[in-house]
Amino acid sequence: MSIPSPSLSTAPLAKDWLRLSPEGLFELRSGKVELGQGISAALTQIACNALGVKATQIIWLAGDTRYSPDEGFTAGSQSIEVGGQAWQRVGDIVRSHFALAAAERLCCEVSDLVLRSGAFLAPSGLQTTYHQLAHEDKVAWEDLRVDTENPVLLTIPTEQESVTRTDLWLKFTGDGFVHDLRLPDMWHARILRGPHPHSTAAEWPVAQLEKLKGVEQVLIQNNFVALVGRDEGALIKAHVQARQLTSWTIPKLPVQQAAHVLLPSMEKKSNIALHQVSQETQANAPCNDAHRLRRQYSRPYIAHASIGPSCALACPTQDGGIQVWSHSQGVFNLRDQIARALNLSKTQVQVMHEPGAGCYGHNGADDVAFDAAFIAHTWGLNVRVQWSREDELTVSPMGAASLVEIEASLNAEGCIQQWHAQVWSHAHVNRPGWGKGLQLLGAWSALPHEKPPEPLDMPLPTGGGLRNAAPAYDVGDLTLEHHFLESSPMRVSALRSLGAHANVFAIESLMDELSDASGQDPLAFRLKHLADPRARHVLQKVSEMSNWHSRGDAGTGIGYGMAYARYKNKAGYCALVAQVEVSERVKVLKVWACVDAGKVVHSDGLHNQIEGGILQAISWSLLESVQWNEQGISSHDWENYPILSFLDVPQLDIHLVDDPSTPSLGSGEVATGPCAGALGNAVAHALGVRARHLPLSPENLILAMDQSHEPIPS
Amino acid sequence: MIKLQHNRDQVSSTQDPQGDLLHFLREQCSDASVRFGCGSGHCGACTVLIDGQAQNACTTPVWSGEGKHIQTAKGLPQDEVGRLVLAAFVEEQAAQCAYCISGILVRITGLLKSQPAATEAQIKDSLSRHLCRCGAHARILRAVLLAQKNIQHVNTLP
Repeated sequence: MSIPSPSLSTAPLAKDWLRLSPEGLFELRSGKVELGQGISAALTQIACNALGVKATQIIWLAGDTRYSPDEGFTAGSQSIEVGGQAWQRVGDIVRSHFALAAAERLCCEVSDLVLRSGAFLAPSGLQTTYHQLAHEDKVAWEDLRVDTENPVLLTIPTEQESVTRTDLWLKFTGDGFVHDLRLPDMWHARILRGPHPHSTAAEWPVAQLEKLKGVEQVLIQNNFVALVGRDEGALIKAHVQARQLTSWTIPKLPVQQAAHVLLPSMEKKSNIALHQVSQETQANAPCNDAHRLRRQYSRPYIAHASIGPSCALACPTQDGGIQVWSHSQGVFNLRDQIARALNLSKTQVQVMHEPGAGCYGHNGADDVAFDAAFIAHTWGLNVRVQWSREDELTVSPMGAASLVEIEASLNAEGCIQQWHAQVWSHAHVNRPGWGKGLQLLGAWSALPHEKPPEPLDMPLPTGGGLRNAAPAYDVGDLTLEHHFLESSPMRVSALRSLGAHANVFAIESLMDELSDASGQDPLAFRLKHLADPRARHVLQKVSEMSNWHSRGDAGTGIGYGMAYARYKNKAGYCALVAQVEVSERVKVLKVWACVDAGKVVHSDGLHNQIEGGILQAISWSLLESVQWNEQGISSHDWENYPILSFLDVPQLDIHLVDDPSTPSLGSGEVATGPCAGALGNAVAHALGVRARHLPLSPENLILAMDQSHEPIPS
Repeated sequence: MIKLQHNRDQVSSTQDPQGDLLHFLREQCSDASVRFGCGSGHCGACTVLIDGQAQNACTTPVWSGEGKHIQTAKGLPQDEVGRLVLAAFVEEQAAQCAYCISGILVRITGLLKSQPAATEAQIKDSLSRHLCRCGAHARILRAVLLAQKNIQHVNTLP
């Protein structure tokens, strides 16, 4: 039996995870950081219940390279599966160890003990605590191995703690974000960047920059130019002027076209990523060519569009190193990359996680941390760097566009017999630490020998561009062909659910097209191809919730659409039904979702993630598309990059299955793909015409209606 | 010199009166609850009440606050309506990253003071001046409706 979490291998001792404070508190350490997803509450709850302590007895310490276990990135819906499993095991081992010592001290059996608020109570009425046992009885626990495969675990009755987030009050009313930290003798800095991440200037107008009101220093190294001042408000205005004063050189970009036109025109590296031949198919008769469909679906480039621009602080340390405060999703990788860029040892660089505005993958957080670190190290300043709104929407990494073409055929019984999917897309991960070089925007301009490393996509089975490209359904012969596009018109990297948004949209659209072509009900057609009882259950449940069978005819202007996926084909299950009204544009009226995430650790936190995933996916799928022209990225503000408004928020009805006998499954990203699929299918049901290219904007709907009169090559 | 009231404090600015209220509040008044989001009045993260009216602090010059009462999220715990709005947002856990929330709390406090019986459509319209990227919209709306109910309840107490 293997250990329950890979984090236990990198942090194998109890003291890597827990410290008993002199004040009688429990300092919990984690490598998984609070990004607004509520993970601090969920992990605290796991630890409290494993140790038998109250949330009020907890000090939470996460994402500090000096103290925390290195658990990699807080990403990929892994924080409960990996970070939560780790803490469950640590808590179980530590509790069991202390229980033996407590029973001895209290002269009773372990089975007689009860745990309350960190105190072990014996039937005699005597009690002792973790802290007493550690200090008075000298119980050696700190070097306990937590990575053993079959530890003896002792269960003791305890009150179950239900934890709510404790970070909200400060974030609502005070200095709850990295943006709000202040250092002694602190300077503000703004980096001078053009309208494209790889734009530069043949000549920097230094004399003019120095005269700008609010600019007290202009710091230049190679193509890294920082404006520095004490008055942040004045500096922001100067930064806007400085951008206008600079004559920018923009790399040659491909002309903006729809993703399904642009992506196949790019240079590609193609390979067959997966080929599975079904035994049954070979025995069957040739497929029914009347029911062979070949369809293309796409999504454009999508921005993280965090509400608060990325921010970081840094200061030099006495040993010649630096301290950095950052909202990075991976402080250890960031530390390693900064150390490498600045020729420092890892111990000379300390990165401390502090909350930022929501990010949904790799946004500007790491880049701005390097900006601050570089200034602090090179010019010896205590500095706070915050990006502009424009920086956030132009030079930070975007989610990659994808084109998905699927050819599928049915046999005479109306069952899918062959499925051949091709995906044209870029690398969906270019995070610091991924690939061979430095993945830090500022390093490429400051350091003459650094340039963006060769892009690599995440391979299957998790996949980047191919994430969820393999359908969850039994489809007979399955082939996945990957057309990997190395160059892109902008920076691309991880955005929530990676390729799953486009792939599930494509698969679920085609499932409806196939069921429609063969006269089958979309729900029955899906169930016919799904053996997994948990998959079948979420689909059947959501159908009941939405009263699926009374959805009415197509083409009335009101439509219902269904979709299903299991995230990464191994994490949480999600089935979803959307109800839309289509007139000049698509308005989503209601969304029903059923999610099976195994054992639910923190119900409200999971609800919040599902609600957020649905609403964000509605925004992406109906509204969003990064725009560019020969002057760079042109969707540089909220007018040019609109996102979901409160006026367009539908009713939500979410059901969580919650089976405590099954392991918890990552589910922060489960909803994005199914939501896109359900919206596409609902629009097709409302209009009687299918739009296959995201976003489902008025322009794309008109295009789909125009093209619906033309024959589709099949 | 510009003089104004910041929550319960009388403050004055000797800095450039053309400077924006956002940075005056954040830097000179040490009020981090006024958040920078876009600097162009599009996202609502920096919303404050100026004599009860919701405004974007990022596009408001300091001079226009002369003699006025500026309320921010930092001051809501001391405000009888603001306190109930805050409590409802905590109860509903109405946030994810929470970067957008301070501005929303301020606007909703202003709205429920001037229109305690605002309809759901009016509430949504008011919220539409704010952007939320995490998708916390549904629970934000629930929190506002809860706050409204609680405020109405308090108002009916003898």
